[in-house]
Amino acid sequence: MQNKGSSRIVVTVVGKDKVGIIAGVANVLAEYNANILDISQTILQEFFTMIMIVDIGQCTVDFNVLKEKLITKGEEIGVKISAQHEDVFQFMHRI
Amino acid sequence: MPISITTDEILETIRMVEAENLDIRTITMGISLRDCAHPDIKVTCQKIYDKITQKAENLVKVGEQIESEYGIPIINKRISVTPIAIVAEACEAENYVDIAFSLDQAAKEVGVNFIGGFSALVHKGMTKGDEKLIYSIPESLAQTERVCSSVNVASTKAGINMDAVKIMGQIIKRTAELTKEHDGLGCAKLVVFCNVPEDNPFMAGAFHGVGEPETVINVGVSGPGVVLNVVRKNPDAPFGVLASKIKETAFKITRMGELVGKEAAKRLNIPFGIVDLSLAPTPAIGDSVADILEAMGLEKCGTHGTTAALAMLNDAVKKGGAMASSYVGGLSGAFIPVSEDAGMINAVEAGALDINKLEAMTCVCSVGLDMIAVPGDTSAETISAIIADEAAIGMINKKTTAVRIIPVPGKNVGETVVFGGLLGYAPIMPVSRFGSEKFINRGGRIPAPIHALNN
Repeated sequence: MQNKGSSRIVVTVVGKDKVGIIAGVANVLAEYNANILDISQTILQEFFTMIMIVDIGQCTVDFNVLKEKLITKGEEIGVKISAQHEDVFQFMHRI
Repeated sequence: MPISITTDEILETIRMVEAENLDIRTITMGISLRDCAHPDIKVTCQKIYDKITQKAENLVKVGEQIESEYGIPIINKRISVTPIAIVAEACEAENYVDIAFSLDQAAKEVGVNFIGGFSALVHKGMTKGDEKLIYSIPESLAQTERVCSSVNVASTKAGINMDAVKIMGQIIKRTAELTKEHDGLGCAKLVVFCNVPEDNPFMAGAFHGVGEPETVINVGVSGPGVVLNVVRKNPDAPFGVLASKIKETAFKITRMGELVGKEAAKRLNIPFGIVDLSLAPTPAIGDSVADILEAMGLEKCGTHGTTAALAMLNDAVKKGGAMASSYVGGLSGAFIPVSEDAGMINAVEAGALDINKLEAMTCVCSVGLDMIAVPGDTSAETISAIIADEAAIGMINKKTTAVRIIPVPGKNVGETVVFGGLLGYAPIMPVSRFGSEKFINRGGRIPAPIHALNN
């Protein structure tokens, strides 16, 4: 990662609720030594929505690789997963 | 640092990108070519090619990295260069078409989709280099793919160079003729300006002005879809409230531009220039400025009230954006390109929007008559007169105006022309059937207005 301060990313999962979504995503993160700092989930307009704050400071692979793995996992479970650097949200919503 | 972003805020950002087409329209790298001048045009071409390919080597790669890490689409990576008329002035060649080839090759080599700056600034008069460049435009645009050209024919300080206005009518006709196999596509890469900004990142009018540094990163944001959603959510709000909502949204959109621009500049190790706050539509459904105006309560874009709606929108976008960025520049306002905006196309097809209303709208928005297709048999003098009208609006109102008009060879009112991609498609619009020939043939220069004397 070429980013200065924070090594945190935001992982969002949106899709139909089913068994094993959190487990699936958490497994991928654990496999590459990415640390989950916070999880919140809601049901938004009948869609399951989960937001994870993940520290990838000690992650064993590059951000882009991790993102690809998460997206692949999402396709496997049938949910849409996206991963973005935390700065995007800080910058958009905070001065 | 604690986690201070709420779930709602995260979801809002994601919705803006996924459902409302929020994107960074362009990262444009400005490159000075002033050190490429040489009497031998072959040497000039080589120097230009070498400098661009070296300076912009990593532009596309860095753009893609940022896009992936931040999850914000960056649609275009582009390059703007010093107006070629200045760079090529020292060349002894008769025309500058070879330089256009070099620019095109350099653009292809580094992977950018457009390169702007085949330009001349002739608002007061033409040098030899300016003249050669202008007469090289039709062939250059016909024979290259990615080169964009612009000519500034007027300014508030200098007045309108009516000789240049006359010539540009002929140049546009000639460009259309040379690209008739593609419905005059060459004209979509040619803009005639009044009060042209020197740091505009948007094509086709981008170039790297003479007051700019060696290299610079300028960013153009987009987001009509996001603003549209806000307006739709507030169907009954009075204008003060609505303006405020639009400002908040423009703020968020611009912050993205600022973040991406600064990050790109840092990674490429060159200075960050400006964020251009324009609302730039695309032909995609929901990414339309006309739709925003209609969501404010107009039955069709172009009806009475459209100019007022656009004025309010343009101002609110600027106010929100100005708060979000340290450096704002370029064109900064709403764009109203007909062929690139599905709502505008619908309005023209429904008979609600014509050139006269568009001209009125350009008084209150950022650019001018943009991507307008007119019958192929429109005379050069009529096109010049359209340019003169727009230049007058810009000159008197101390703002940028521009004309990007395509006289589509062999087509007439009732037919449609398809340019494809971001350039979209357009119904052919009628022009006045009364001539302006004698007016245009007077030549000379319309003097600068009284308020140019402000020192």
